[in-house]
Amino acid sequence: MTTNTRALVGACAMLALASCGSSEEAASTPPASRLTVFAASSLRSTFTELGKKFEAEHPGTSVRFNFAGSADLVSQLQQGAPGDVFASADAANMDKAAADKLLAGSATAFATNSMIIAVPPNNPAHITTFADLAKPGVEVVICAPTVPCGAATKKVESNTGVTLAPVSEESSVVDVRNKVATGEADAGVVYVTEAMGSAGKVVGIAIAGKLNVTNRYPIAVTTSSHSPRLAADFQAFVLGTNGQQVLAEAGFGPA
Amino acid sequence: MIRSGASRLGLPGWLFIPAVFGGLFIVMPLAAMLTRVEWANFPALITSEASRDALVLSLRTSLIATGLCFLLGVPMAVVLARARFRGRDLLRALVLLPLVLPPVVAGIALLYTFGRRGLLGHSLEVAGVQVAFSTTAVVMAQTFVALPFLVISVEAALRTVGTRYESVAATLGAPPTIVLRRVTLPVVLPALISGLVLSFARALGEFGATITFAGSLQGATRTLPLEIYLQRETDSAAAIALSVVLIVVAVLIMGLTRGLSGRTA
Repeated sequence: MTTNTRALVGACAMLALASCGSSEEAASTPPASRLTVFAASSLRSTFTELGKKFEAEHPGTSVRFNFAGSADLVSQLQQGAPGDVFASADAANMDKAAADKLLAGSATAFATNSMIIAVPPNNPAHITTFADLAKPGVEVVICAPTVPCGAATKKVESNTGVTLAPVSEESSVVDVRNKVATGEADAGVVYVTEAMGSAGKVVGIAIAGKLNVTNRYPIAVTTSSHSPRLAADFQAFVLGTNGQQVLAEAGFGPA
Repeated sequence: MIRSGASRLGLPGWLFIPAVFGGLFIVMPLAAMLTRVEWANFPALITSEASRDALVLSLRTSLIATGLCFLLGVPMAVVLARARFRGRDLLRALVLLPLVLPPVVAGIALLYTFGRRGLLGHSLEVAGVQVAFSTTAVVMAQTFVALPFLVISVEAALRTVGTRYESVAATLGAPPTIVLRRVTLPVVLPALISGLVLSFARALGEFGATITFAGSLQGATRTLPLEIYLQRETDSAAAIALSVVLIVVAVLIMGLTRGLSGRTA
């Protein structure tokens, strides 16, 4: 029995270690000033880049990020997680934060994102329009209607009058993209930025402008911020020329 | 079994301090969650169509996965414990690997094996079997992560009891299959039962491999943990209510096994 127990203890310890590695902690010696930004998952690559540029412009400042689904970020802030800035992928979650008095100032929209069809590079199901997604035999993956990208997909469905019968409704847009990138699904409906940021693993097929849906991304400083000045600087930086350029390059639309 | 005697000899008092802290560490979060349950809405939350579909799917797939663990795991345990061949220790380590793998890694591995573009996926598709996004994929993910629990518990028991009884039975002329069925398995029955329960519990709680490999669709692949994960985004009351259901099921299973193994031991 001892080997059994030992193996189990070892297994548990390793699992514990594995699950600890996900938080993005800053270096142990705190620099002059540190800023923690809570940002929606879809902002991961742009905000990481913006963080580096902001640090370069403000020597001695260190910016660290907590990327997660917008709803998750709101509940983390509600539970007292330390965040100076909150950038949400939709207005609904920012409104939730505002209703709970978590925001110091008012939220400002800094970018927009719309939906696009993602297919594997060889487009095995020969998708050209949104209506093609409803053809029999086409395996489509979308976001669940309860998450922002799924709500947007539902709106596109009603705008186009096309009802999709997805094989899976994922909890995050990244999961949708990955299922398309690995070829498990013939097509998926994702944010434009998600398709552009895939390094060629998925190809985007545009949805006609008047049928598409646009999400607004708001940003705000939190009431719990320890350095509200720096937080406001970061907010201004995202809204400024530099920030807007990085966002535009990633496929975000102007707010 | 040996330790019940030791407790009468007296335990060092300091032992209780970390033990109590450890106990609190596990019990307190569960209790904290119970304080957040909206009991007034509880019946409505857990009987919604989505919740019922998820619970039924979870129970059904976990039972099938446990069955597969039995069919595959017992022979694996017997071979690992009794057969002599080169590389057995390495094989044992490999077989137990899913215990230490983060489930999402298991999901990725399964995807690259049984997915449409996986190692075997194409042959399966030609044969008319499509695993991706099906309930089969859920069962496979659960079996993959749960199997080692059965193997480790049966194999350890087999090695502890040794081969005496089997040798006697063989000397008396019993053929190997009879020895296996009438001697080997009955001797390790308590370990087999606890292994099956562990496997079932692991299958029931399986999340990472399922969401990576099987996707998430109500009634087909969205098991209870996936439903909880999804509800948590918008309706935390529903997520908490379903978590309570999962805890109750887990407690029932543990109670059941205590009863079963208490009878057989």
